[in-house]
Amino acid sequence: MSAVEAAAVRSGEAQNGAAEAIHVENLHKKFGQLHVLKGVSLSARDGEVVAIIGGSGSGKSTLLRCINCLENPTSGIIRVNGEEIKLKADSHGHTVPADRKQIERIRTRLGMVFQNFNLWSHMTLIENVIEVPVHVLGVKRDEAIAQAEKLLARVGLAEKRDVYPAFLSGGQQQRAAIARALAINPRVMLFDEPTSALDPELVGEVLKVIGDLAREGRTMVLVTHEMKFAREVATHVVYLYNGLVEEEGPPEQLFGAPKSERLKQFLRNVG
Amino acid sequence: MELLSPVAPGWGGTLLVGLLHSIEIAVGATCLGLMIGTAGAFGKLYGGPVTRDLLAVYTTIVRAVPELVLILLLYYAGTDLINQMLTAIGYQRVDISGLAAGIFVLGFVQGAYSTEVIRGAILAIPQGQIEAARAYGMSPGLMLRRITLPAMLPFAIPGLANLWLIATKDTALLAVVGFFELTLATRQAAGVTKAYLLFYLAAGALYLALTLFSNLIIGRVEAWSRRGMPSVKEAR
Repeated sequence: MSAVEAAAVRSGEAQNGAAEAIHVENLHKKFGQLHVLKGVSLSARDGEVVAIIGGSGSGKSTLLRCINCLENPTSGIIRVNGEEIKLKADSHGHTVPADRKQIERIRTRLGMVFQNFNLWSHMTLIENVIEVPVHVLGVKRDEAIAQAEKLLARVGLAEKRDVYPAFLSGGQQQRAAIARALAINPRVMLFDEPTSALDPELVGEVLKVIGDLAREGRTMVLVTHEMKFAREVATHVVYLYNGLVEEEGPPEQLFGAPKSERLKQFLRNVG
Repeated sequence: MELLSPVAPGWGGTLLVGLLHSIEIAVGATCLGLMIGTAGAFGKLYGGPVTRDLLAVYTTIVRAVPELVLILLLYYAGTDLINQMLTAIGYQRVDISGLAAGIFVLGFVQGAYSTEVIRGAILAIPQGQIEAARAYGMSPGLMLRRITLPAMLPFAIPGLANLWLIATKDTALLAVVGFFELTLATRQAAGVTKAYLLFYLAAGALYLALTLFSNLIIGRVEAWSRRGMPSVKEAR
């Protein structure tokens, strides 16, 4: 841990017991003329489950994808475990990561789970799960395989280890994608609408796996449309409206006694 | 029939040597073409504006000019240029081997077509798989080797297989610059013995055999590259 990182972790601990795993401050994102995020701040401490909710086009997925710079923010500050992602302007005036090695290193601490699973189609499940540990993190192959077998068993896919993703249901693919994320032993897991592409009868099996991870104290940032689930597992809920945080707080408060008219309206529409 | 015997006075051995040279050129040109094509496809997709413009000029010109003209141009003008440069910096003129020149010329042509085949194949990869590789901290080189190249292969194989078969037959064009490949060998054998029909049929059979053997190998490679994909037949 660098000195800067250590100092930031200490300052995080000073505020609230647990260190701050994700810190986003005044984040802006423009796609051309479209201003998607208009100054959003977000914080997740170790062990917290932060759920981001909001309507279509509210910027919730963009916010999540800015945390690991899959989308480059237009401006703002992002810190992961206290380490700030260095950004610079490229020759076209777009903001991009200034240090490729740094962003690659930070990404290996963030286990991302996508809406469309995005498993690598030319690899079997076990190959998908060991790919990053072996080729990015330098774990020995047999160790990675032993670990991956445990993870696949954990998500209920032990017997599917040598099957290619295209031969599995969406729910199975998403559970394998969660095993792939767990294989890097991430500091934070990022879920981008993990059940939105699934048939209704497959949603439950995926939510159960995510719920178990939340209950064992995994730090998570979760973009979701499943309000009931968010209420059950989240420790903190953020409601985004039109690129701004409209209201945030503990789930009981947000779902039980929302203050904002827009949030009340939103909850009536989705509930 | 004894004219086809592999030992003198038969001309079979001459034909086989010609075939071997044809295969050498085709393999060399295809390998060079794949290297140029891979680099060209990445340059066209991810390169800066200057790189993209230069590659556009390359693929457009090479695909616009008849291959025979390119071969004559690159072979005669190319060797002349190299020798002029060598003498200008005080070296001896060199004889450029027909094999090296043939591989270079055909590889240069193949590279332009491969660029487009591979570019299309990369565009066919579901974008999410590239995104997942980025999200897990893969460096660009690792992503190329572990994700992009294997994932684009099933989309590239049919086009690249076409290019390989074209390469085996384009070697015949090198007969015009005096390279001793199958077509030139056949012309010699037929000219000396006057058994034109026999030798040209024999050459045709050899080209056909090469194609059939290639199809066998290509079929295996394609099945392997599609290992993660459900069979198309089941989707009818």
